[in-house]
Amino acid sequence: MTSAPAKPIPEITPAMQPFWEAARHRELVVQRCRACGTLRFPARIVCSRCLAHDVEWVPVSGRGEVFSVVVMHQAAHPAFAAEAPYAVAVVALEEGARMLSGIVGCAPHDITIGMPVEVEFEQRGPEVLLPVFRPASR
Amino acid sequence: MSSAAAIVGLGITPQGKVYGNSALGFAVDAISLALADAGLTRDDVDGILLNPGLTWRDMGMGSFQLQQALGLRDLRLQATMNLGGATAGAMIQHASQAIAAGICRTVVCVFSDAPLQPPSPKTGAASSGAAYQFSRGWEAAHGFFGVNALYALVAKRHMHRYGTTQDQLGQIAVAQRAWARGNPAAQMADRHLTLEEYRSSRWIVEPFHLFDCCLVSNGGLAVVVTAAERARDCAKAPVWIRGMGQGHPGGDPADTLTSGAVLAKGPAFEMAGVSLTDIDVLSLYDCYTFTVLITLEDYGFCEKGDGGAFVAERVTGPDGGLALNTGGGQLSSFYMWGMTPISEAVIQLRGEGGARQVPKHDLALVSGNGGVLSTHSTLVLARQAV
Repeated sequence: MTSAPAKPIPEITPAMQPFWEAARHRELVVQRCRACGTLRFPARIVCSRCLAHDVEWVPVSGRGEVFSVVVMHQAAHPAFAAEAPYAVAVVALEEGARMLSGIVGCAPHDITIGMPVEVEFEQRGPEVLLPVFRPASR
Repeated sequence: MSSAAAIVGLGITPQGKVYGNSALGFAVDAISLALADAGLTRDDVDGILLNPGLTWRDMGMGSFQLQQALGLRDLRLQATMNLGGATAGAMIQHASQAIAAGICRTVVCVFSDAPLQPPSPKTGAASSGAAYQFSRGWEAAHGFFGVNALYALVAKRHMHRYGTTQDQLGQIAVAQRAWARGNPAAQMADRHLTLEEYRSSRWIVEPFHLFDCCLVSNGGLAVVVTAAERARDCAKAPVWIRGMGQGHPGGDPADTLTSGAVLAKGPAFEMAGVSLTDIDVLSLYDCYTFTVLITLEDYGFCEKGDGGAFVAERVTGPDGGLALNTGGGQLSSFYMWGMTPISEAVIQLRGEGGARQVPKHDLALVSGNGGVLSTHSTLVLARQAV
């Protein structure tokens, strides 16, 4: 066993509970406005396009591309500070919503804007599978 | 509205690694300095506007706490405002509007913060503003921390779309550091910076080196705004508030690569009755080098996307053609959010710039920017009223 500090476990808020439940089954979901169909992530109380409250969670493919990327050299959490430098990207999902995520399985400086990526799930504590992205295998 | 009010007092506390004071204490000190500078007293003040820095966080209704700390009675205007770095300019706008409406006559506007902690006795290391490393649950789970990284994502898009280079960002840092040499109050007044040193400085979050980021500072900075008829009787020559505007674009700046300046500049220049080519002194908000670059584009100093090539021509340093952030800005002097650019414009317009004083100093353009290019305020300040 390692004695390194564990990475932070995201809090499972009521609004995000369906997301984490799906992630536990290695399925990626985002919110879809039932009134106008706009996809969004993370969970929000209203649709900023049509202002409707009515919302559902829908599965997405888990494929997308890097919209922007930075390389973190200092981190406010010791587990991440120990790993620096590492990359964090905004991933544009092929269905439309964007998701901020760490990029794994690739040297941080090899990650470029437009690079195809796909989701995988990282165990984070006993309860949580955290979606992260890696370069697409195809 | 143009020239209905003027800035007549400027108060700058010691800045940077200054310990043993609180955000509230710095605010009181800055206001005292600003009133003394104006030749006014607390009895003259009938309005206070506060932009609370991060360490005001537990103090609700901060402007009322400040009123009590200052022992002020019978105010006619008071508010705690937060549009991030656009607040300072917006406070001056609201002060001017309230004065023009006859609601009040003399308003102090203040920013203060105390995010830096003294060096730890154990390690000898000073804290470097951990308050700015905040993160929410999802972002923290992915190792994404702080404002630096949020701006870096947008800068990376600008580099991708327009070919902006690292050295072009570096040129902004180098130019402002050169200006800081003329400003004894700048924390980096004695620290020369070359482009080579910029390139070899440590990364904070790529594409930002250390010298792409502002100097998180303890301190306070206040200005006194008063009505035109009183302004002429104050100790210092008035700095007239000639034009004002705001712009808050919404949405994701990584898509547009544009700040609120494109919205704010129109009303401000129209009210002032001037155009960009009339401007002598440029005080542009500079939380990062990248913010300066995008702001130059958005005010129209160059086309959108050409900001990198524009600054690469070395037009913005003391030897260039543009008097831009002549005190070193937040990159090389001190980070008092939107108050830093306002203070330098006031100093230049008054002719108090010492070694960095620019010869022609009739008209200044000041920008404030908050959030992640989310909010924007524009001021046009002048030596002459209209």
